[in-house]
Amino acid sequence: MAILIDETKRVLVQGITGREGMARTELMQEYGTQVVAGCTPGKGGRNVLGVPVYDSVAEAVEAQGGIDISTIFVPAPLVKDAALEALYAGVKLLVIVPDRVPIYDVLTIAGEAERRGARFIGPNTLGLLSPGRGVLGMMGGRAESARKWFKQGPVGVSSRSGGITSSIAYYISRAGVGLSTMVHVGGDAVVGMPHPEIMLEFENDPDTKMVVMFGEIGTSQEETVADLIEQGRFTKPLVAYIGGKAAKEGTRFSHAGAIVEGNRGTHEGKVRRLREVGATVVDKFGDIPSVTRDTLAKVV
Amino acid sequence: MQRTVRDLGGDAVVKAQVWSTKRAAWGGIRLVASEEEARQVASELLGRKVGQFTIDRLLVEEKLSIAHELYAGVIIDDSARAPVVIFSSRGGSGIEEIAAEHPESVAKVTVDLTTGLLPFQARDLARAAGLDRRYLNKVADALVKLYQTARHCEARSAEINPLVITEDGRVVAADCRVTVDDYAVFRHPDLGIEIARELDRPPTQLDRIAYSVEKDDYRGTFYFIQMEEGFAPDDRYVGFHGAGGGGSMMSMDALLQHGFKVANFTDTSGNPPASKVYRAARIILSQSNLVGYFASGCGVASQEQFHSARGLVKAFREVPLSVPGVIRLGGNSEEKAIQIITDYCRDLAVVVEGYGKDDTPDFCADRLETLVAGAGKPGPGQVGWTNGEAKRPYRFESPTGWIQFDHDLCAQCDHKVCITECVPQILKENDDGLPVLAITKAEAQKGKCTECLACEVECWFHGNRGGYIDLPIEGLES
Repeated sequence: MAILIDETKRVLVQGITGREGMARTELMQEYGTQVVAGCTPGKGGRNVLGVPVYDSVAEAVEAQGGIDISTIFVPAPLVKDAALEALYAGVKLLVIVPDRVPIYDVLTIAGEAERRGARFIGPNTLGLLSPGRGVLGMMGGRAESARKWFKQGPVGVSSRSGGITSSIAYYISRAGVGLSTMVHVGGDAVVGMPHPEIMLEFENDPDTKMVVMFGEIGTSQEETVADLIEQGRFTKPLVAYIGGKAAKEGTRFSHAGAIVEGNRGTHEGKVRRLREVGATVVDKFGDIPSVTRDTLAKVV
Repeated sequence: MQRTVRDLGGDAVVKAQVWSTKRAAWGGIRLVASEEEARQVASELLGRKVGQFTIDRLLVEEKLSIAHELYAGVIIDDSARAPVVIFSSRGGSGIEEIAAEHPESVAKVTVDLTTGLLPFQARDLARAAGLDRRYLNKVADALVKLYQTARHCEARSAEINPLVITEDGRVVAADCRVTVDDYAVFRHPDLGIEIARELDRPPTQLDRIAYSVEKDDYRGTFYFIQMEEGFAPDDRYVGFHGAGGGGSMMSMDALLQHGFKVANFTDTSGNPPASKVYRAARIILSQSNLVGYFASGCGVASQEQFHSARGLVKAFREVPLSVPGVIRLGGNSEEKAIQIITDYCRDLAVVVEGYGKDDTPDFCADRLETLVAGAGKPGPGQVGWTNGEAKRPYRFESPTGWIQFDHDLCAQCDHKVCITECVPQILKENDDGLPVLAITKAEAQKGKCTECLACEVECWFHGNRGGYIDLPIEGLES
C-alpha cells in the first residue's frame, strides 16, 4: 500500500492542453498513473497523448465514470474556478500544482472542499509519488528519472519544499532504504493537506513504518504534528529537519509559507516542540539518510 | 502641513510614515501644540534614517482625547484555513504582549468566507474580550468594517492598533497596518503597489529591475532580493543563485558556514526558460565587488537542468564573468548540464565548476572557498561572443526578446546545430539550406519559441556563430 496515489486511482488533468499539463501528463502516464481524462474549456473533443479532452469536469465524469483525483495545471488566477469546478463535479482529491494562487482563493477552495468532504494538496506543490505505483503533479520530472531515483520501501516523506522532497527521497533511496509515498504538501502559507494530515494518512498505512518530515519556519504545521504525537494519534517514528534557521524575521525566501511573524513559527520553537514529544530532529540535512536507516532498523 | 495643524486647532500628532514598529519608542510619533512646534518636529524627522528606511513623509492628524485603547486585527489562520478576527479590550502594545499579560482581554473568532464577519459575531467577540457594553455597537461596526477592508484588498493581515474610544465617545482607528497578499496584488492596481514582495526595507534599484523581469513572465519563477549593497571585495560577498526555496535556503546556509556572505537571494525554479535564468544571472552579476558566483538548489531537480546551464553560459560569457563560479545543477539531464557549464566556460579567465546531485551544498561551498582563495586578481576575461551585427539578418521575435540568424554565416555552416538542438523544434532548413522558422513568426512570438537559447549557445561552439539572441533587461546597463 501507499497513501493517496497508486495504480488504481483514476486521474483527471485540468489544463491538459497547456505546456505544463501536456508535459506532466506524459510523466504521469509513463510512470503508471491512470490518466483517464483531460479538461480544457473550449478544447473538448481532442486527444492529448491518447487521453480524451472534455470541455468541463462534469462532462469528463459523465463520459469516463468516477474520477478519484484531479491534477490542476492552469494559470494561478484561474485555479479557484478550476478547483471549484472539480469539487462541484464530485472529485474528492485535488492536486493544485501552480504557484502564486491568491490566499483568499485558497481559503475559498478550502471552505468548499470541507463542505463537500473533499481534500486537496497544494497549491504550489510539486505533487506526490508512490514509488513503482504512481505519480501526481511533476515529481521526478521524467518517468525514467523517477524510476531511477526513488525506490519502493517503508519510509514516508512529507515536505514543505518540492525540490527537497525529491532530494530526501533520492538520498534515502541511495542509502538503501525505500519509500512508501513522498508528498510535497506545498510551499504556501495555507495548503490543503499540511504535514499533520499527511501524518495521519501515514499512520493508517500499514506499509509505512516511519516518516521523514522536512519542515520550515512559518505556519503551525510542525507544532501540530507534535500535538498529534503527544495525543497518541501519530505513533510511528518521525525524523525531522527544520529549514530556515538563518532566515530573517519578516523577509521571505521564495516560500510564502516560510515567514516568521511575531513569535509564531520560529525555527527554535518548532525544534523544541518536536523534541519534547520524542521526534528525532536532525541539525544537519546530510544526516537524514543515516538517521533514517538507524531509526528504521529499530522498528522492522 | 502648517495649515493642517492650524485647521486642527494647533494641537496635532505628527507621525513618521515608515515601515517600522515601535515608532513611539524612537520618537516617530510626536505631539505638537503649535504650528511652529510642528515645523520643528518635521525638520527633525524628515530625512532621518530608521533601520533601512529614510523618513520621507509625515502624517499629521488630530490629537485624540483618548478614553480607551483597544486592539483589532485580521489574520489568516493556516490551521483553520480561514481568516480570524482578533479583538482585545486593551490596545497600544503588540497583540502578543497583550495576550501574554492579559489573556482574558483577548478573544478571536474564525470567519466563514461565504458570510463574512456578521455583526452579531462581532458583538459576541467584543463581549468575550470584556468590552464595556456602552461601546458594543460602535466597536462591532468597526470590526465588521475592518474585516471587509481586509477581505476587499486581500490582506494577509490587517491591524488597527490602537483602536481608540475618545472622551466624546467616538471609535477611531488611530493607527493601522495592512499587509496585502503579494499573489493578489495583480487584482488591485488601485493600491499602487510597485513590487509585490514582502521586504523589510524599500526595494533597491536592482530589486525593481528583477521584479520587472518576473512580473509579466509566468513561465517558472524568478525571485530576487538584494541582501546587501555597497560592500568591498574583502567582505567576501557571493552572488547567490538558488533553485527552489528549501534547497536555496540550505545552500545559503552552506555559504555562511564557509565564511562567505550572501549579496542577494535568487531563486529560479519551477521549470523556468533559459532566458529567465540568463536574466537572473545578469542581474546577480551587475553587483560590484562579488568574490564568487554560487548556484545551488535542492540537488535533485525535476526540471531539465541544461536550460539553466545555457542561461548561465550566455550570461557568464557576455558579462564576462570575472570571479570563480561553482554551479550545482543536480537533477534531470544533469550530465548534459554539467558538460555545458564545464566546456563552454573553459576559456573564461576564471574557473567555473559544475556539480550534480551526488555533490552536497557543503562540498560545493568548500570548492568555492578553494577557488576564491586561489583566484588572486581576476584576469580581463576577454572571450568572444555574438554581438548582433549581421550582414544578412533573418530575424524573429521571441516571447521576451528577438532572435537573429546571420544567413551569410549560416550559408557556410555544415552543422545546423541550431535546428537539431532547438528544444521546441521550431526551425527548419529552407531551400537554400539556411535556418528559418518552421512555424509563423507570430506563433514563435506567442510562446512556441521557448527561448531555450540553443540556437545561440550551441551555434557558438558547434556552428558558424551566426545565431544571436537579444534578451533586454529593462533598466540594467549593458
